Amino acid sequence: MDWFVPLFVIVPLGGAFLIAIIGSFARPFGRFFTSLVLASLIGLTLYVIFSVTIPIVYMVGGHGPIEKVPIGITMILDGLSVYLLLIINLIGFFSAFYSISYMKKFTSENYYYTLFCLMVAGMNGVVLSGDVFNLYVFLEMAAISSYALVAFGIEKEELEASFKYQVLGGASSLFILLGIAFLYWNTSTLNIADISRVIGTTANSEFVKFVGVILLAGFGLKAAMIPFHAWLPDAHSSAPSPISSMLSGVLIKAIGVYVIFRLFFNMFTISYDTALVITTIGTLSMVIGVLLAIGQWDIKRLLAYHSISQMGYVVIGVGIGMLVIAHNGPRSVAALSIAGGLYHLFNHAVFKGLLFLNAGAVEYETGIRDMKKLGGLSSLMPVTTSTSLGASMSISGIPPFNGFFSKLIIIIAAIQAGYYVLSILAVFVSIITLASFLKVQRFTFFNKPNEKWNRGDFNVREVPFAMCFSMVFLAVLCLGLSLFIVPAVRDIFITPAVNVLLNSAVYSTGVLGY
Amino acid sequence: MTVYLLCILLFLIGLYGVVAKRNLIKIVIGLAIMEYSVNLFLILVGYVKGGTAPILSRNLANKVFVDPLPQAMVLTAIVIGLATTSLLLAIAIRLYRKYKTFDIREIKNLKG
Repeated sequence: MDWFVPLFVIVPLGGAFLIAIIGSFARPFGRFFTSLVLASLIGLTLYVIFSVTIPIVYMVGGHGPIEKVPIGITMILDGLSVYLLLIINLIGFFSAFYSISYMKKFTSENYYYTLFCLMVAGMNGVVLSGDVFNLYVFLEMAAISSYALVAFGIEKEELEASFKYQVLGGASSLFILLGIAFLYWNTSTLNIADISRVIGTTANSEFVKFVGVILLAGFGLKAAMIPFHAWLPDAHSSAPSPISSMLSGVLIKAIGVYVIFRLFFNMFTISYDTALVITTIGTLSMVIGVLLAIGQWDIKRLLAYHSISQMGYVVIGVGIGMLVIAHNGPRSVAALSIAGGLYHLFNHAVFKGLLFLNAGAVEYETGIRDMKKLGGLSSLMPVTTSTSLGASMSISGIPPFNGFFSKLIIIIAAIQAGYYVLSILAVFVSIITLASFLKVQRFTFFNKPNEKWNRGDFNVREVPFAMCFSMVFLAVLCLGLSLFIVPAVRDIFITPAVNVLLNSAVYSTGVLGY
Repeated sequence: MTVYLLCILLFLIGLYGVVAKRNLIKIVIGLAIMEYSVNLFLILVGYVKGGTAPILSRNLANKVFVDPLPQAMVLTAIVIGLATTSLLLAIAIRLYRKYKTFDIREIKNLKG
């Protein structure tokens, strides 16, 4: 019962192929087919969550291990992969549906949808891959399509941002490849589970630290953690808005943070040093990201800086769990902390995706991104305003929304684990986030109306149906995800993912079977 | 051991090019040098002294083989590198058309 595992990669890859061919004859084909592809992937993910026992190990081409040596490529569908697949395909679907209206003003739409499908295929491949080199190939697939999508507007800013992104992204990919070469040199295998077994038995701690640093630099650049963040505000603010929402909502998680968690929990043995480094990087991202964000006047740039800060929450959530495990502390605290981090990962994907779509709607109607020149849009664009208000309350942690619960869990876990400074910093950052989103709401939507909105060349009104649909559904999800706090719902979605990270040694034995 | 160190030196030369050069094309060349050094490193990892291509035949005189897996990996990495480099050069050409220069000090619309 594992035939459907490669479908997560094959369906979007085939979709990209079909759109590139059929789309050049029939222009609207790509528009609707992309949404169809992503809707079917959501269906497949929900089928996996509700009616399949995971983990599943799929051997590509049926090449199983020979004399206990894994020789083929493996794809592994476990709790954490399914959780990420749900996030990728959900945000991907809403972005693709939003693009139906948003991308009409661009030429060569079918290239856009082809690259979109390729990016989704790459990200799905990264979260399913059980093999470091295969992971690298899928990662490059997602990264190269994202470079091209950032430059899609081909104006001055887009090209500059894309060049910066490509140079830093290319350098980070080469660091990753170098790390993989070192791993293969010392362990003679590429399978993550097998590498974990070899590292566990013939431990050379100097080597493990060296490779760990190289890989952390590579994936840290992909995830835009703070010392490596320079490309993110440019790239995420210059891309077309649905792509910004994919990049900020999903890409930095799927090819950055997810891989860091997977490698440092399941491949390397957890040590206090790496846990400390990861938590420190997370804390720096959380604090410095928000301080850089508050001074911004470009809406999308402000949102991009907040992505750095919110990913800091995710990383400290999981990092505290790692520290507790390294100390042999109480497992319930580690579980709570990791659950908080992963819960915030989902929440951030939803509310940041929504906020970028809102910024896109404002830009679509007015053509302006500078908040000083906006104002008074609340009466003209009621749907955009109300959904944006929901997302802003969610990101700054106002009670009934999902962001409140995940931040609360992380803060409680930090207190229980004894990291009081971290919990105070988390509260402090949340307050600054609230302040900067009050600024967004006031200057964009609620200030006194700008007279020029009703004059000739502006004519601002509510955005078309496809854009409203995506925004409303994501806003409903902002409230709906609060249900993850209910134990019965939590056990279906988050607990399997937490268990993969918590029982980190089980991964290796589960995949290898001995 | 020297050869591995030279390979890492090549990687660092490429990194220097990416970090210190001001010309878009030179940055692309720096990235390409980094990529070649990583490919070379992968080949070195699989190299066995006196080894031949791992093809089994009936009367094998030499029983020492090089490791074929890194070679397969390098082929994949070269193809990926081709895609990255061509996209980078395409963007560099577009940038030249918009800004009339390859100097990154002149190309700075984005900041803050």
